[in-house]
Amino acid sequence: MSNVSVDAKESAPNEDQPQVNTRRRFLTVATSVVGGVGVIGAAVPFVASWNPSAKAKAAGADVEVDISGIEPGQLIRVMWRSKPVWIVRRTPEILEELGRHEDQLKDPNSEAEQQPTFAQNRFRSMKEEYLVLVGICTHLGCSPQHLKDGAFEEVVEGVPDGFFCPCHGSKFDMAGRVFQNVPAPLNLVVPPYQFVDDNTLIIGSEAEVV
Amino acid sequence: MSGFLAWIEARIPMMRVANMHAIQYPAPRNMNFWYVFGFLATVVLINQIVTGIWLTMNFVPTSEGAFKSVEYIMREIDYGWIIRYMHSTGASAFFIVVYMHMFRGMIYGSYQKPRELLWVFGMFIYLALMAEAFMGYVLPWGQMSYWGAQVIVSLFGAIPVIGPDLVVWIQGDYVISGATLNRFFALHVIALPLVIVILVFLHIVALHEVGSNNPDGVAIKHKKGSLPESEKTPYKIHEYYTDKYDIADDVVPFFPHIVMKDMVAFCVFLFAFCYIMFFAPEMGGKFLEHPNFEIANPLKTPEHIFPVWYFTPFYAILKAVPDKLFGVLAMFGAIAALFALPWLDRGAVKSWRYRCGFHKVNLIVFAIVFIFLGYLGGTPQENWKIVASQIATVMYFGFFVALFLYSKNEKTKPVPTRIPK
Repeated sequence: MSNVSVDAKESAPNEDQPQVNTRRRFLTVATSVVGGVGVIGAAVPFVASWNPSAKAKAAGADVEVDISGIEPGQLIRVMWRSKPVWIVRRTPEILEELGRHEDQLKDPNSEAEQQPTFAQNRFRSMKEEYLVLVGICTHLGCSPQHLKDGAFEEVVEGVPDGFFCPCHGSKFDMAGRVFQNVPAPLNLVVPPYQFVDDNTLIIGSEAEVV
Repeated sequence: MSGFLAWIEARIPMMRVANMHAIQYPAPRNMNFWYVFGFLATVVLINQIVTGIWLTMNFVPTSEGAFKSVEYIMREIDYGWIIRYMHSTGASAFFIVVYMHMFRGMIYGSYQKPRELLWVFGMFIYLALMAEAFMGYVLPWGQMSYWGAQVIVSLFGAIPVIGPDLVVWIQGDYVISGATLNRFFALHVIALPLVIVILVFLHIVALHEVGSNNPDGVAIKHKKGSLPESEKTPYKIHEYYTDKYDIADDVVPFFPHIVMKDMVAFCVFLFAFCYIMFFAPEMGGKFLEHPNFEIANPLKTPEHIFPVWYFTPFYAILKAVPDKLFGVLAMFGAIAALFALPWLDRGAVKSWRYRCGFHKVNLIVFAIVFIFLGYLGGTPQENWKIVASQIATVMYFGFFVALFLYSKNEKTKPVPTRIPK
């Protein structure tokens, strides 16, 4: 750099000044860019270390559930990726009710991508009888309560079963579809799952060919 | 001794800085009780740092150990309970004095030109303080720690496109977990305290550059050569100020006058602080919420989730909007509006003493609405509260809109050129 300024002083100022400035500007920009790339490179480990660790990813692997012991109408909870997953064996009455209150729902046809494609139907499930849901409210992550056998009528008239979030009052039906005029924006999430046989469910992955 | 001090002074300007920023700093002589809260905030900051260091000596920042180690501190460490209660009461005390400090700035127009940056630095302190308090509340790993973190972190999920991945990145797991606890611990004890201390330093440097405001909003520094000798202060004021300005006979040196006033406030503050610490450290579930005495359980949400009281006004705004993304935007907008205050207020007169009557009403209504929002956000959801919080949210933002509109052509009273005797 000192050479450059000496040159600038010795040569005729009016003619050479722009050229020297161009050189200086080039050097400033070039060093800044190289330095900036270095900063970004150095930031990578600091940012990436916040990702889930290999151990956390392994803990997020598939979960196998034996569903042979679930009574009709019963809900069981299992952990998948440390989230509560509900498995409900729905009775024919519950399935029938799903068609009756669709006018009160935000997204009755499950158009938002909150489920694998196999569950984009009224029952939001692979087999009508079994409902599999991530039990976390789509508003702010609370776990809703299962209100059954008429208890849900207190929050939605005429609907005997459903899920009610105690945090901010969001309501979901027995397919995890959200009701209108509640803070939750979306239906509850259906995780990817598959049936190995009639009694065994795997949560976390879908079968390649359905 | 004086030789030794001179030896030091020649190598590092200890006395010069002390004189410039404390002993011979010109403070308006009409500063009233509203002017003690900055000092009290510093006291609480020191309390938080000292008790925090002691708490880390026994706290275990893991999902298995955190809750137990807090019980251990409370029950088995000698005086552990007092150190923890100093820290937990200090957290709430911090917000009480900071809210008072901010409201002082609002009523006396201390954010107006030339103190815009001072106000902005203060707002950054407030923001850092909120992050610090939130992460600190997660550390005991009780039910409210866990579910509070769940709610706050999932706010970032409302950001379009990157939201869900950002949440996983912040959590370091697919849910709030030990990894989250650990990084919040690191941020709570190292990163954010450093940021806060640096911001406080900048806040004070900026304050001393532009000078302290006062309840009359009258300038104490006058153009060099504009004041006759008889109107200049008889006190010894540091050359840093007198070289550039004529300092009017409206000031007292910061030491001992202002320090003494602050000491009185300090004693009163200590009475209140100790009373709460010894007799009501939970403050009926407001300072330490009852569900937090139960260890975090990811499968069971507490019946009602509330943040601690100092966040509840913003939480009420979040809940008032029936759409997630817009709710989050409204909540952050409520804080952003405060940041923009120096530019939203287009008035030339600082103190509410000389501004229009509507300004006073506007400020008082704003304070009431803020407290009311705090009440709504901190009590169980009921139907009437939804509408009430929507009205209060509109009124909260209405304060800023109204201020912007009437401040341009406001009818003000004449402001004295000197502080009235």
